[in-house]
Amino acid sequence: MHLDPELLARLQFAFTITFHIIFPSFTIGTAAFIATLLVRWNVTGQEHLHRLARFWTKIFAVSFAMGVVSGLVLSYQLGTNWSRFSLVVGNVIGPMIGYEVLMAFFLEATFLGVMLFGWKRVPPWLHTMSAIFVATGTAISAFWILSANSWMQTPAGFEMRDGIAQPVDWLTVIFNPSFFYRLPHMLTAAYLTTSLVVLSVGARYVVAGRHWAEARTMLHMGIGMLAILGPLQIEIGDQHGLNTLKYQPAKIAAIEAHWDGSGPGELVLFGWPDAKTETNLYEVAIPHAGSLILTHTYDGTYPGLKDFPKSDWPPLIWPFFAFRIMVGIGVLMALSGLVGAFLWWRGTLLEARWYLIPMSHAWWLGFVAVICGWIVTETGRQPWVAYGILRTADAVSPVPGSSVATTLILFVLVYGVVFASGIYYINRLINKGPEGRASEAPETGTPVRPLSASTEAGAEVL
Amino acid sequence: MEWYLPVIWAALIGTAVAMYVILDGFDLGIGILFPYAGNERERDQMMNSVAPFWDGNETWLVLGGGGLLVAFPKGYSVIMPAFYLPIIIMLLALVLRGVAFEFRWVSHSRTFWNVAFAFGSTLAALCQGAILGGLIQGVKVENGAFAGGPFDWATPFTLLCAIGVVIGYALLGATWLIVKTDGEVEARGRRQARVLLLLVLLFMAAVSLWTPIAFERIATRWFSYPNIAFLWVVPVITAIVAYLDWHWIYEREVLPFLASIVLFLLGYLGLVISVFPYMVPTSLTIWDAAAVPASQIFMLLGTVALLPLILCYTGFVYWLFRGKVREGEGYH
Repeated sequence: MHLDPELLARLQFAFTITFHIIFPSFTIGTAAFIATLLVRWNVTGQEHLHRLARFWTKIFAVSFAMGVVSGLVLSYQLGTNWSRFSLVVGNVIGPMIGYEVLMAFFLEATFLGVMLFGWKRVPPWLHTMSAIFVATGTAISAFWILSANSWMQTPAGFEMRDGIAQPVDWLTVIFNPSFFYRLPHMLTAAYLTTSLVVLSVGARYVVAGRHWAEARTMLHMGIGMLAILGPLQIEIGDQHGLNTLKYQPAKIAAIEAHWDGSGPGELVLFGWPDAKTETNLYEVAIPHAGSLILTHTYDGTYPGLKDFPKSDWPPLIWPFFAFRIMVGIGVLMALSGLVGAFLWWRGTLLEARWYLIPMSHAWWLGFVAVICGWIVTETGRQPWVAYGILRTADAVSPVPGSSVATTLILFVLVYGVVFASGIYYINRLINKGPEGRASEAPETGTPVRPLSASTEAGAEVL
Repeated sequence: MEWYLPVIWAALIGTAVAMYVILDGFDLGIGILFPYAGNERERDQMMNSVAPFWDGNETWLVLGGGGLLVAFPKGYSVIMPAFYLPIIIMLLALVLRGVAFEFRWVSHSRTFWNVAFAFGSTLAALCQGAILGGLIQGVKVENGAFAGGPFDWATPFTLLCAIGVVIGYALLGATWLIVKTDGEVEARGRRQARVLLLLVLLFMAAVSLWTPIAFERIATRWFSYPNIAFLWVVPVITAIVAYLDWHWIYEREVLPFLASIVLFLLGYLGLVISVFPYMVPTSLTIWDAAAVPASQIFMLLGTVALLPLILCYTGFVYWLFRGKVREGEGYH
């Protein structure tokens, strides 16, 4: 059997990086959430905020550990699986990753120790500062890694000498054309993902009639963030799309399944992009809507797939479907924030079981949207690993397919065990709730009041 | 400029690797010694002694790998594929033992994550030793790319290095326990440290004899004149430190740990003397492997500004958690 090292290396990287992105997209937001809770607790002295911070810190610790170890893997895979990539663009990409380590990783890893173990050992202000440092560290980390990724999408500030990319202007390298769109898009996605999880946990407790004070805070903070950031994210995403049209038109053509660039573009709601016939099968589309979105004019034109040689086409299926799932979930999340805000304003939020029950099951939606977003942008970049500079096929390490296949299987096994356990433990922590202690038997201290009574009490507090 | 930038960077990455080996060394050592603990309470104590630090410690490994990519992309793109299997296995082992820190507290049965922690720590140390040994013995390079097979690194020499690193980390772990724990765990740490110290010296001697015999270039480096006139100091200091360590293990609290670190650094220095100026023996020197000056300078500016800061707050956190592990201090 012939094992294609390139395909296997791509599969392996796709697997490990998809696994990894789940955790940063959660911990970036959770760190900020915990820091906010601690600041609010310091200011108001409300005890339930402190209990809530402790509770989310446990969940954060489990997720952060998975994020750290899976991120460590990636920093080495660039060399083990993509050594030609490291050689050709290492002079440019390397320092960005270097700055990420020095500015972000050390900060978050070191103060994580204080955040997790300093509850009794350090004064509250220092403990709160540590949480703020960790949250800042996660955001700085996003800054650098998204700068590096954006450079791979829209390289700038360099020149090729002897087949090696060499930096010419660092500011242009770092603030390359797609960076200002990608960074806010991803950071907002991370905060949205966390907000939905927080909202979902709050909804779960309200539905079960537990942890009133904590649940209320979670609902309000989650809904507030979703209602503000959800619509904002749609605007950022739109701007990001326009930027992609300018710098990576083939990616847009694949996302929109747009074949013929000579006429106005339609918005394909559903279809199956078919490379052979160069059309969409089973297409459902709105005429001119694509032009409206991408050129903001009724008759505007933009390149179609037929305008590019087939050898420069990205895969057709992945960007097309992943994009639609991402947008669909994004709209749902913005709506759930707006609806929640409306119910909150009307004062009926805690009784609105038709809203709370679906929300209590919706925690995973943000993760799917983030993963789909990355699938869109990364598969849409193909066949290039660094756009216009280096093709993915030329970036692979000289390692036999059998080695890559073996380690791929090991990754799937180990990550499978770790992920399943992690999700299971997080779910158990949530079931136990803010006052439970992780290493103890089911809690006894939490008053579980009858639902009707507690709903009234909750409404009064509101 | 062109000449000394790679030297500065080699020194910086060498420092990062040394920091990693010492810091993650003792917390991997705790994992290696995990099976010898008497009961769950003792295991809790052992794990709590490193729990606030392990993440920061492991970041030095990211800095080592990342630094290599930044400053020596040609070396990075040769070394990583050359040690493909040991590196990936090491990473997977680190995944298992890393999550065990958190999972152990929230799982029903701790046994699974106890085993994962001990197994992962030991396997990661073995792989690191194998990579070290493989690097010392050299890598096959053609046209600037790795040109060997997936098991080129696997030789009796790398096996020796692999076991040596496991034992060395265990020594750091045992002396760390003397500093950070009390009662039976501390007492066992002292007993283990004595045995481990002897074994470490045995392995250091074995590597010191093996390398000049097997590799001509290393024999020349150490025994040719005038080198030998200076280099004889290294083994002599090593012997003195080992002698002091042996006595301090039963008499002092912090000194055995510090002496063990010094032993490690001396061993490390010995290897650097053997290998310099190669990045990848015997095909790439640090100058062959270097990034363009623009990249090295840009990153150097950041390092000069940030590394002291990192060392300060790392030191501060170690100071915050100074003294023996206190019962029930975690957030669990």
